[in-house]
Amino acid sequence: MNIGWYLTVSALIFSIGAAGVLVRRNPLVILLCLELMLNAGNLALIGFSRMWGNGDGQVFAVIVMVVAACEVCIGLGVIVAMYRRRLPIDVDEMRELHG
Amino acid sequence: MAEVFFFLAAIGAIAGAIGVVLVKNPFYAVLALVGHLVSLAALFLLLRAEFVAAAQVVVYAGAVMVLYVFVVAYVGGHADPIRPAGGPALKIGAAVCAVLLAVELFIAILGSGLKAIDSEGAPYVPGFGTPGAIGQLFLTRFLFPFEAASFLLLMAAVGAVVLARRRGGVHSADEPRPIVIPERRPVGTGTIREAVDGHTETTPLLGVPVAARTGESVDEEHVGR
Repeated sequence: MNIGWYLTVSALIFSIGAAGVLVRRNPLVILLCLELMLNAGNLALIGFSRMWGNGDGQVFAVIVMVVAACEVCIGLGVIVAMYRRRLPIDVDEMRELHG
Repeated sequence: MAEVFFFLAAIGAIAGAIGVVLVKNPFYAVLALVGHLVSLAALFLLLRAEFVAAAQVVVYAGAVMVLYVFVVAYVGGHADPIRPAGGPALKIGAAVCAVLLAVELFIAILGSGLKAIDSEGAPYVPGFGTPGAIGQLFLTRFLFPFEAASFLLLMAAVGAVVLARRRGGVHSADEPRPIVIPERRPVGTGTIREAVDGHTETTPLLGVPVAARTGESVDEEHVGR
């Protein structure tokens, strides 16, 4: 398969993830959609790595996975803290810093 | 044959992504994301990234998703809206934004001057993408990012514990606070001070904070901050 096909799939997944971040209001689902976007980036990185015949893109993809794991860790910690404080699990209700 | 596998995996990945966005219940959204990740691992295999595919399945679809499932179970995955989400205008606007983004990305991909995009990529060298090759890159050329990533993971783990721990001040009024029953300790059975200088005339109450014994109020100014 041509590399362009992989990049097309990656672009589609990225757009779907962006739409999810815009539409959904549950922070858990927003984190899931962020994962979608990061994974789309990973797919593009690995596609380009294959295109060059060079392992650097795969190393970069692994680092992106590490960053995604950190983001999940912190995000879920924030969600658990919100739940402990009996705050609504809803990003539209969290507007204290709104100005 | 590769075409068949590619289309199966691509359809699986895109269907999983759409499922994550559209499914109401967060628990099923997590399951859809697991399916998406496994399909994506198949795509990685087609791109000859064996190590990344294995890491994707083990770390992502295994460990991180288990974390998600635990948090969904703890928070109680309410079907999403408490009030209906932002009205139809927001949904249409978001869809328009996503479509515009997709069009822009397609233009960027298809209109790019990269000639190799229309090829199968560089000729395959045996050993490309194996754990050995990736490990060698990590320990030679990318040693600093590797160490920085491990440090980042450590910081994230500590930060998550600090964020999610139970603080003293978040007890609400209806949550029962632990009741400490004072009890008198028999003489000569406790402290190092008694053992050292035979100082046994005082038998303090166990289990009562020092400030409470001296009459200060410990609770009032810390609750609710």
